[in-house]
Amino acid sequence: MDAPVLEMKDLHAAYGRIPVLFGVDLVVPARSVVALLGPNGAGKTTTLRVACGQHVPTSGCLHVAGKHVNGAGADDLARAGVCTIPEGRGIFANLTVDENLTMMTYTGASIADVRERAFGRFPRLFERREQLAGTMSGGEQQMLALARALATEPALLLLDEISMGLAPLIVAELYEAVRNIAADGVAILLTEQYARTALEVADYAAVMTQGRVRQMGEPADIASELSGAYLGSHGEAKRSRGAKQ
Amino acid sequence: MKDLLAFTVIGIVTGSVYAIAASGLVLTYTTSGIFNFAHGGIGMLMAFTYWEFRFHHHWPAPLALFVVVFVIAPALGALIERVLMRNLHGRSTGTSLVVTIGLMVMLMGIAQGIWPPAARPFPEFYSGHGVTIFGIFVTTHQIITIIVAGLAALIFWYLLNRTRTGVAMRAVVDDRNLAALNGVSPARVSMLSWALGSSLAALAGILIAPALNLEILNLTLLVVVAYAAAVVGKLKSLPLTFAGAMILGLLTSYLSLSWVHAEKIPGLPGALPTIMLFACLLLLPEERLRVGRITSERGPRVPSLGESLQGGILLVVGAIVVSLVLSDANLVRVGQGMALALVMLSLVVLMGYGGQISLAQMTFVGMGAFAMARFGLGGSPLGLLMAPLLAAPIGALVALPALRLQGLYLALATMAFGVAAENMLFPRAWLFGSSTRVVPRLHLFGVHFDGEKSFFVLLAIVFSLFGIGVLALRRGRFGRLVSAMRDSPAACTTLGVNLLTTRLAVFTLSAAMAGFAGAFYGGLRGSAQTNDFLMFQSLPLLLMAVIGGITTVSGALVGGLLLGLLQTQSSTGVLAGLVFLFTGAAAVSLGRNPHGVAFYISQKLEPLKDKVPWFRPEEPDEPLTEELPRIAAAAG
Repeated sequence: MDAPVLEMKDLHAAYGRIPVLFGVDLVVPARSVVALLGPNGAGKTTTLRVACGQHVPTSGCLHVAGKHVNGAGADDLARAGVCTIPEGRGIFANLTVDENLTMMTYTGASIADVRERAFGRFPRLFERREQLAGTMSGGEQQMLALARALATEPALLLLDEISMGLAPLIVAELYEAVRNIAADGVAILLTEQYARTALEVADYAAVMTQGRVRQMGEPADIASELSGAYLGSHGEAKRSRGAKQ
Repeated sequence: MKDLLAFTVIGIVTGSVYAIAASGLVLTYTTSGIFNFAHGGIGMLMAFTYWEFRFHHHWPAPLALFVVVFVIAPALGALIERVLMRNLHGRSTGTSLVVTIGLMVMLMGIAQGIWPPAARPFPEFYSGHGVTIFGIFVTTHQIITIIVAGLAALIFWYLLNRTRTGVAMRAVVDDRNLAALNGVSPARVSMLSWALGSSLAALAGILIAPALNLEILNLTLLVVVAYAAAVVGKLKSLPLTFAGAMILGLLTSYLSLSWVHAEKIPGLPGALPTIMLFACLLLLPEERLRVGRITSERGPRVPSLGESLQGGILLVVGAIVVSLVLSDANLVRVGQGMALALVMLSLVVLMGYGGQISLAQMTFVGMGAFAMARFGLGGSPLGLLMAPLLAAPIGALVALPALRLQGLYLALATMAFGVAAENMLFPRAWLFGSSTRVVPRLHLFGVHFDGEKSFFVLLAIVFSLFGIGVLALRRGRFGRLVSAMRDSPAACTTLGVNLLTTRLAVFTLSAAMAGFAGAFYGGLRGSAQTNDFLMFQSLPLLLMAVIGGITTVSGALVGGLLLGLLQTQSSTGVLAGLVFLFTGAAAVSLGRNPHGVAFYISQKLEPLKDKVPWFRPEEPDEPLTEELPRIAAAAG
């Protein structure tokens, strides 16, 4: 088996003086989808922000494809093949759809390839290519964001809550695309509020509470433990009881 | 008819230079999100550099032009981005305004240091050559100007809209982090756009220098014209900016037509760009309230009444001691600082507490000085009474656009007002005219404050009283209201606060305070004239207030004394410029902004607290709880 695409060892991170991650250990093996689950404030988004280079960890190791990359810039990691779709809409609202696609060529793909893959998977984007991206519907915006993952052929894809604020039908369509990307052998780390949806796609699942990864395993094993983690019967998590179902 | 055609040509040429300057401004704004007040300053410095190569060292024109426009100017722009602007991302509009204004003051200081005022002949390109079209003689320089402007507009429109680099530039403004996730290096893109913007500034400066006699202030003020043109395109659209520049150029030119009779409104040509700027700002759609953002940083603790009383008494006692020790000549210098500190108190209320920006504070000071000169004959307190009464309505007048505008546009509107006042209001014969008015010093309760010592102590007493009053205001209902408005206008409206009346009130109050201070400022100097109250003098005032600490009364005192010292010590302006820039930049990069030097000093004095029982420096309270919402937002 190849070296894991992403590996975090005892990773600590803080916002100012407030620590958020208390030693995260996480592995994303090659050609697999890992779902990162857990209640609000567990540190899922921060974990992704560290993984994509947007947030510099205070200590611990971050390995991408076996290389130590602590402190590498987000743009460096992006060019090295880490594709991140951030929380909210990962698009430039004031650029047209076409210009958004142009931005996707900075990681090496040609504009023709980008257009072909994006429009091939999401034909609706083709109809809207002259439109300002910010004026599209939420689902279309997220399709455009996901088009970057399709078009740039990354080694590692980080998805942060792509279903946020979208209708179930659209979510299903988006996850269909995620499945296709995974089928091409791209390693994916995703966070998701709909745990069930995520577990259907995932090869492995990790449960985070209070800034640590508590458990990692097969989706079936995790599913039964999950309500405990969310409802707070999970060790230290008791304090956050009722914070989120 | 023939002169109409002739002036149309002149107007198009002027408009072309304005267009080059304005498109540079728009370029840096759309691609870095920072509005560069120093744009004209860069053009000015580059025009001087060109003069140095071309006419002092006698380089051939193409070589000098190439070196300045394509080597030195881009390098300067990239340097400015690297050293100053990179730290500004994510900071408030006020902070970036202060830094670019500081840069502008420094560039002027540098130019004044290297090229002291002297006659510098700056002939046009191909001087004397030209062609006659329809009976109008058009010089080669004019033709070159028009062609260059057209080319620059085309090239930059193409760059921004049709190239990948241009798309990346706009993407970086839209979402800097996301651009990085796309594999773009935001720092390099910003650097490129600053380099390009500087080149355009240099080009505009060199092309217009012959018409402006290579004069530092006039060239730097080119930026005002550029703003006016850029605002037509809402600081975004290049074609509209181009149109705005042409309209402005033509209007300015037509004012010289004999049958327009522009001389009936004195000062109109000088004020035209600002009138246009003002009109455009009034037509702008109202900015939508931003929700879910915490705009202000944690502020210093507000001292209690007892503490402010102690501070006030301490200041007055200190002033008495100083007045006994220092000679009259030195006392005037310190007194100038004290008077300026009094003016800065009005900025503390407006900007420190209310979060509103004003670049026209000296205009209110001028109204106050005028009131004292006109109504305060023989030191009558009537002058003191009239000073705020005259300044306040003008403050309310400036506030009218402020009711709709915020941040950058508000700053531009107040700046336009300041320039209009110095061109059209103060030169009126019934105000200052072209003469110098004698400003008397106060005569109150049988005491004459004519002597330097007594006047200085009076200044200290007035500052103390006002400081105590301002702090009392801050602790009270109005203070809470104003601070809440600064922190989150959106939250205020949901609580039923009327933002319009609050803004109007804080502007009027600030203007009244500045007017009151003006009566003393004028009294200290003994005289007042139009040139004492130019818009440009409001800028160092604002800078020093920020450096001293715009959110505290002690900050106003520190800022005022610093500015007073600088104004009376350095005649060349180099030192002043350097000090402005480095202190401003240091304040920004150290992250101490906007609480300034005074806050920093008081923190350093913290250990003294235990030894001196009555000494309580202004300290932050409960930092953690205030930081939490920001952290929560970042952590998602």
